[in-house]
Amino acid sequence: MTVLVSLDELELDALTELVNIGVSRAAASLRKMVHKQVLLSVPAVEIVTRRSAAALIGQRETENLVAVEQEFEGPFSGRALLMFPESNGIHLVRAILGDEVSQADIIEMEREALAETGNVILNGCLGSMANMLQQGLTMSLPDVRRGTSETLFEIAAGHDDDSFVLFLYIDFSVLERDVRGYIAMIMDLTSLAVLKRLIASFIDRVTQEEM
Amino acid sequence: MTTVLIVDDSKLARIVAAKAISALQPDWQRLEAANAVEALRVIAENPVDIVVADFNMPDRNGLDLAADIRADHPQMPIAIITANVQDEVITRVRALNATFVAKPVTQEGLAPFMSGAALRLKKGGA
Repeated sequence: MTVLVSLDELELDALTELVNIGVSRAAASLRKMVHKQVLLSVPAVEIVTRRSAAALIGQRETENLVAVEQEFEGPFSGRALLMFPESNGIHLVRAILGDEVSQADIIEMEREALAETGNVILNGCLGSMANMLQQGLTMSLPDVRRGTSETLFEIAAGHDDDSFVLFLYIDFSVLERDVRGYIAMIMDLTSLAVLKRLIASFIDRVTQEEM
Repeated sequence: MTTVLIVDDSKLARIVAAKAISALQPDWQRLEAANAVEALRVIAENPVDIVVADFNMPDRNGLDLAADIRADHPQMPIAIITANVQDEVITRVRALNATFVAKPVTQEGLAPFMSGAALRLKKGGA
């Protein structure tokens, strides 16, 4: 595999830790919305082809996915996604709006509620990461899309499927509610060189400060 | 000699915690473990006085580890480090008589736990 820029062990560790802190804060926000504990896995950070990234999620799911997606732009750019099995979308909205809201209202509000939830989670996560890296990121408005992991990751949509991407993901589930899914970020490797430099300065800041 | 054990699956996070601890208590000995199993082994083999543990780790999390430590060390000062400030997490931290410390760890964030721990150890005759 020919990847021009790669992260060394400590840089990868630092990036995983940044994602961990960002997602942990976002989970605490989601906890406030769903009133149930949100469980998280340890983040995975990988440099893989776009096709393999889609397969990593796709092979674990039998049904279509629904995703809230936001693009972010700044010194590094990419896409952040909050994804879950399509049937879980309604359950999440139900958890947020409460059991007294009618099923018809839930269905009507699903898209808007998902967009709003995704916005809270993804902004919380990326905002924390950007702050720790001392950078500003611009976030697009959330978009709700449905499909397989391949369509969501834009395989065969004119992208080079075999190009490498930086893929970060974490599993989450909501206790006592039938909701589970993934928080994921995909960045092209053009962003990786910049990110590598920012991570290196982050490591310097947190380890080299005068005592 | 006071010995503090730092438990985190992230090497960087261990470096950051160690730095804050050494700034606050330069004379304390610092040991490290990368997961809960390793932490329990270090505690069994060394006279550990204080544990500073990450919450979100692979396999067993910091709260599970704290519960295990509590069984044998009811008075040991334990800090749980996390950015995950969900009510259930904080409640469990309190129920285990541990201290919540916000991640990323800073000297200021860790200072109240460290001075409390130092006092508790003095009172306990350590």
